[in-house]
Amino acid sequence: MSLNFRAGVLSLVILFLLLGIWEALNQPPDASKALSEFELLMGGSDQEARVPPPSSVLKHAYDELSNPFYDAGPNDKGIGIQIAYSIYRVLLGYFAAALIAIPLGFVIGMSPLMYRALNPFIQVLRPISPLAWMPLALFIIKDSEQSAIFVIFICSIWPMLINTAFGVASVRTDWVRVAQTHELSQLKTAFQVILPAAAPTILTGMRISIGIAWLVIVAAEMLVGGTGIGYYVWNEWNNLDLNSVIFSILMIGVVGMILDFALGTVAKIVQYEE
Amino acid sequence: MSKYFLSMEGLTKIFPSKEEDMVVFENINIGLNKGEFVCIIGHSGCGKSTIMNVLAGLDSPTSGSVIMDGHEVSGPSLDRGVVFQNYSLLPWLTAMQNVSFGVKARCPDWTREQVIAHSRKYLEMVGLEESLNKKPAQLSGGMRQRVSIARAFATNPKLLLLDEPFGALDALTRGIIQDELIKIWGETQQTVFMITHDVDEAILLADRVLLMTNGPKARVAESVLINLPRPRKRDTVIDDPNYYKIRNHLVHFLVKRSEELSGSVSDEDGGTIVIDPTKDTSTKVENTGEQDTNPQYERVAL
Ligand SMILES: Nc1ncnc2c1ncn2[C@@H]1O[C@H](COP(=O)(O)OP(=O)(O)O)[C@@H](O)[C@H]1O
Ligand SMILES: [Mg+2]
Repeated sequence: MSLNFRAGVLSLVILFLLLGIWEALNQPPDASKALSEFELLMGGSDQEARVPPPSSVLKHAYDELSNPFYDAGPNDKGIGIQIAYSIYRVLLGYFAAALIAIPLGFVIGMSPLMYRALNPFIQVLRPISPLAWMPLALFIIKDSEQSAIFVIFICSIWPMLINTAFGVASVRTDWVRVAQTHELSQLKTAFQVILPAAAPTILTGMRISIGIAWLVIVAAEMLVGGTGIGYYVWNEWNNLDLNSVIFSILMIGVVGMILDFALGTVAKIVQYEE
Repeated sequence: MSKYFLSMEGLTKIFPSKEEDMVVFENINIGLNKGEFVCIIGHSGCGKSTIMNVLAGLDSPTSGSVIMDGHEVSGPSLDRGVVFQNYSLLPWLTAMQNVSFGVKARCPDWTREQVIAHSRKYLEMVGLEESLNKKPAQLSGGMRQRVSIARAFATNPKLLLLDEPFGALDALTRGIIQDELIKIWGETQQTVFMITHDVDEAILLADRVLLMTNGPKARVAESVLINLPRPRKRDTVIDDPNYYKIRNHLVHFLVKRSEELSGSVSDEDGGTIVIDPTKDTSTKVENTGEQDTNPQYERVAL
């Protein structure tokens, strides 16, 4: 049996074990007692709130996923629509960041002067929590949607900028010399030698960035509200619909995985072996 | 001066440092004829790669100049092809793409087909027709070096600079590629300047071997003519009665005199003497202590 197969079996065993424990621990109490509406909402008659069992989450997931794109007003949209809003914001902020970070990273990586001149700014701006920019963004941009995009922009820029600069600065001098002895212009050297040489490092930065961006969008949407998966989680919590909360948490994980997988695929394409 | 295709005139390279400036070599005056194959031998660290970088135009001399074909070398150029010590192929390109990278740079107005055909011709010359689409990581050290030799020859430079091209190869592979190098050089008649630390390799390939003293302040002490008939074959060249005269002379220089002569005063022309060990039948190479007084040594005429 191959290792992959055994690992797959083990994964399934662990999954069912966890689901089983979860299910067993969260059975609703006997239905014999009449429950008040409030008690029903809280998941039973106990004082403690009760997490819904996996069976009911799965049933809910099935319902949601069989009609993901319905739109019944501002507070009732399908999960597909909410996720689409979030992905749209993430990609917009992310690509805007890439558009600035990669060329700027090139300049910093190629020029020791620019590196030294810009390094203090990067060191100060980078550790700022992206959400700390939110009030300022809301004040200046005056639009919650665009502020969320701005926050994504600002959090994705650093890993891409730093990795691009590092990747470009550590391109082997031999390869640059090959470009020089072939009389390649600056532009051709950048595109034909430095870019492919630094591409794996740049892609690593892009992969870190998309991960951070997806983490941050949930928090940002909880703050700005309106639409998006982050808003959805928060809204369902306010509705005390824990089925939806758990379901959307899982969806956040799945989408994050897909985004990472997409960039991982691109990274594989530009990877080279020395 | 202009009688040489390539001439180094008073070439000096100093790497400045805080404590003491590092004088790598001083006042080197050497000329290469067109179509000549010249090897330079010296102990590691004496500045061979530094000279080559200056010749390539990748590094500039502290003083002195390099004149090629009547023009001063002032930067890298396609007229000077370089094979670096560690192959320096671009690892994300296949063998074919690495060679056509050079061809495209040389002939920007060629069609794709022309570029491919030209590149293929040179890759076939070095026996790589089976591996055109392999990346460097999939090739052995010897095959990689063949690709970089093919890349250098395919751009048809006026001068070819090779920095210990076979340094990392096993003896067998080395021999095969040496043969290929001779063959391809015979077909193209390019001027070649090659760094090596292998005496037998130098004798097999070169018309002339330059001997460098140990650094710092290295200089080219001798220019040894390799007066052996061509074509030379690895297995038969050693039967030539002159082979061991030349070999002993070179080895003796390396083990003994490169150290003795190091840092010694160099006069206005760099103090390079031309030697033909094959004509020197009376002096045994083992007792060359008095060679400096031997009348047959002439000054390099520059
Ligand atoms: N960029 C540099 N800065 C300072 N010293 C250098 C530099 N490059 C080479 N050197 C020194 O110059 C000497 C000659 O180096 P190199 O030309 O590489 O020797 P070789 O190729 O003959 O082994 C060495 O002592 C080396 O340390
Ligand atoms: Mg060297």
